[in-house]
Amino acid sequence: MRIGIDVGGTNTDAVLLDDAPSGGVRVLAAVKSATTDDVTSGIVGALTGLQADHPFSPGDVDAVMIGTTHFVNALVEARRLAPTAALRLGLPATAALPPMVDWPQRLVDATAGRGYLAHGGHEFDGRRISPLDPDELRRHAADMAAHGVRSVAISSVFSPVTSECELAAAEIIAEELGPDVPISLSHEIGRVGLLERENATIVNAALRELAAHIVDALAGAVQGQGITAPLYLSQNDGTLMDVAYTRRYPVATFASGPTNSMRGAAVLSGLGTCAVVDVGGTTSDVGVLTAGFPREAAVEVSVAGVRTNFRMPDVLSVGIGGGSLVRTGSPERPDGPTVGPDSVGYRLTERALVFGGDTLTATDIAVAAGRADIGDRSLVAGLSRELVTAALDRIASDVADVVDRMRISADPLPVVAVGGGSVLLPEAFPGLGAVHRPENFAVANAIGAAIAQVGGEVDRVYAIEPGRRDAVVDAAKQEAVDRAVASGADPGSVALVDFDEVPIPYLPGNATRIRAKAVGDLRLERTVTP
Amino acid sequence: MLTAEDLPALARGAALLGTGGGGDPYLGRLLAQRALREHGPVPLVDPADLPDDAAVFVVAQMGAPTVSVEKLPAYDEIGRAVTALAAHLGVTPTHVACIEAGGINSTIPVAGAAMLGLPLVDGDGMGRAFPELQMVLPGVAGVPATPMSITDEQGNTGVLHCPTAKWAEALARCMTITMGCTAIISNYPMTGARARETMIRGTLGLCVRIGRAIAGARAGFTDPVAAAATEVGGRVVHTGKVVDVERRTTTGFARGTATLSGGCVLRFQNEHLIAEVDGTTVVTTPDLIMVLDTATGEPVTTEALRFGHRVSVLAAPADPRWHTPEAIAVVGPRYFGYDTDPVRVHDTVTDGAPV
Repeated sequence: MRIGIDVGGTNTDAVLLDDAPSGGVRVLAAVKSATTDDVTSGIVGALTGLQADHPFSPGDVDAVMIGTTHFVNALVEARRLAPTAALRLGLPATAALPPMVDWPQRLVDATAGRGYLAHGGHEFDGRRISPLDPDELRRHAADMAAHGVRSVAISSVFSPVTSECELAAAEIIAEELGPDVPISLSHEIGRVGLLERENATIVNAALRELAAHIVDALAGAVQGQGITAPLYLSQNDGTLMDVAYTRRYPVATFASGPTNSMRGAAVLSGLGTCAVVDVGGTTSDVGVLTAGFPREAAVEVSVAGVRTNFRMPDVLSVGIGGGSLVRTGSPERPDGPTVGPDSVGYRLTERALVFGGDTLTATDIAVAAGRADIGDRSLVAGLSRELVTAALDRIASDVADVVDRMRISADPLPVVAVGGGSVLLPEAFPGLGAVHRPENFAVANAIGAAIAQVGGEVDRVYAIEPGRRDAVVDAAKQEAVDRAVASGADPGSVALVDFDEVPIPYLPGNATRIRAKAVGDLRLERTVTP
Repeated sequence: MLTAEDLPALARGAALLGTGGGGDPYLGRLLAQRALREHGPVPLVDPADLPDDAAVFVVAQMGAPTVSVEKLPAYDEIGRAVTALAAHLGVTPTHVACIEAGGINSTIPVAGAAMLGLPLVDGDGMGRAFPELQMVLPGVAGVPATPMSITDEQGNTGVLHCPTAKWAEALARCMTITMGCTAIISNYPMTGARARETMIRGTLGLCVRIGRAIAGARAGFTDPVAAAATEVGGRVVHTGKVVDVERRTTTGFARGTATLSGGCVLRFQNEHLIAEVDGTTVVTTPDLIMVLDTATGEPVTTEALRFGHRVSVLAAPADPRWHTPEAIAVVGPRYFGYDTDPVRVHDTVTDGAPV
């Protein structure tokens, strides 16, 4: 059996699954508890909840899969981000648009973001733009230290072609700043497209401290319950990574929440092609499934206003969830209440009116409207009917608008609502039809995490000599398969799920960008983790 | 006046007139925004209002869009391309101009004009995008492509004199590759009188209007594709889903074919060159074939075409000067290796016709 856990900003959901005799998975137990400030007690609560619901021996657990929106929420809410430096190697090129050029100012402030330009970098064909200048890098490092920088992101022009400059510069910066300052390298994070890859790397760097803390807490909580099975976290594409990887690449968890809930929604509803609305505590995320898999974003994806280029599901989010603050009128919308985008997050049980707090949240609206029964209903009895109706209408129209924008044709597309906050949505969206809410809808993301697979990917520019195309393509595909197996996929189940080949215009030597991705089921072995 | 606030609309409109080529307009927008914020708004001048003795300098980026998203410019080279050519000619530049209305080359000149403190001509040399530097109306009308400057972020600067624009294209392409596959060029230096006769009027303003129309339609929940069609004076010739994309590299260009559900085939080579519906060619280069995301109205480049993408194909007539025999020799289907005569959009597509 396996355990899937989704740690959202507000709620922690957990499921215990095993393989159904008829194929597919069977939900043995499902629990939902409040996410706690320290994460640990929320996980412990979820695991003991599962144990109470369906007693099991910790030794029978084959794997624990955790999906968390912790890191993306930290970015969206601009909290607990480390003071970060972005060092870019490429002078004299690239000076026109320095690091963080198009970032929202509040995120620059929240990361105390400092950009540095230095010599280095490569041309598309591997030639150097300019040699690294160790003295220049040491001067930058001294300035970083003087400004209290605690994490560094290094990007270099064409590092996806050659990582040499990033690696050499990291060595020098590490010498100067010491081992306690983590360094994130762009070639390990993104693909070609300097600003977007650099942005993703800076975001990753800003999250490294938080990641170390969270990963330790997660592993400790699971082991504390006597579970010795390996722990995995789910990534943006719905595949899994181990804890060591998560520590280094927290940014790879960014879209795991929506991906997990979409995959879970597909399993629960039996609808392979649908729009999925996942209403959590902080946001509502809308994605589209085609044949059970999320539609991938075709272009750059903005996260909290920052353009990035790692592969993500095509998801549109709106800052509406169970913990969203409800305000009665604002300068922008004098005509009615606003809901979100800010949220009380995991403090819902302290701050919401129904829990005796002083903050009007979407959860209070749901309780007042009789759509949910949590906390003390009498505490919201004084809310005016007019306000409750207007707030629900606002939620319905804001979410319906996002669903509508995700549709790719006028054809009807079934809407599946999942997540604990989906009680905030109406029975039907005007013009979009009924809203399906499958059984176990509240824990769809935990189920999605538990059924996640293991993947391997290749994304590189190849020079293809005449007559060698088939051989190059085959080698790229095989490398993707090998990487999936190396990451823990059962070799017998690995299949190529995505392949794309784009010749690059104006480059000499028939340069072709090849992307191949293979995915397989996790190879479950009863292993003992230290 | 063109201000930093106009640039999102300008970049989106230029991406549409890029007819599938021209790369991602985002970087060009950021560059131009930086220049306008540093130096203030740039006056736009109708080509018809250029004085006879004006010294008009085109500035453009040459190279691979895939490289320019990685090796960003240093900045100074944009102005330097113009000043180097002007110094070579012994002329003081009075105006900056775009050679093409499409992709990044509609925004690089905005940055150039701002940093040089010069007005920008509201027009361009193509009225759309084409891949090679001889494919411009001033060239067809006899304006020599050279002398031409070429410069890079390292500070290398060259001036070429070539007997034909094709030579200039070939040599500049080699230099660009050595410069790391992106360079800034200034060419087709013109007097105001020549620019007035040979350039296309109003294309930058058109780009801004297209961009605003698409954004406005989306905000107002009306059809953004129809809004774009109205602005460019074009017709939607097909709407469908991409069901197959086949690409191959020939002589450095990304050639390929996209098949849409409902019987539409697009043939492209960086830009969209031929559109067929139900086996009949309905429009070819030099008329404009533009592909937009059906839901959002965002222009879709040929590189970004992928299976499952819902798209609309919009066709619009090119400037009539592109349909002279001399121009067809330079930009007609046969130049691009397709054995067909040009088909003009208004010969095959009429009001209220297909989908």
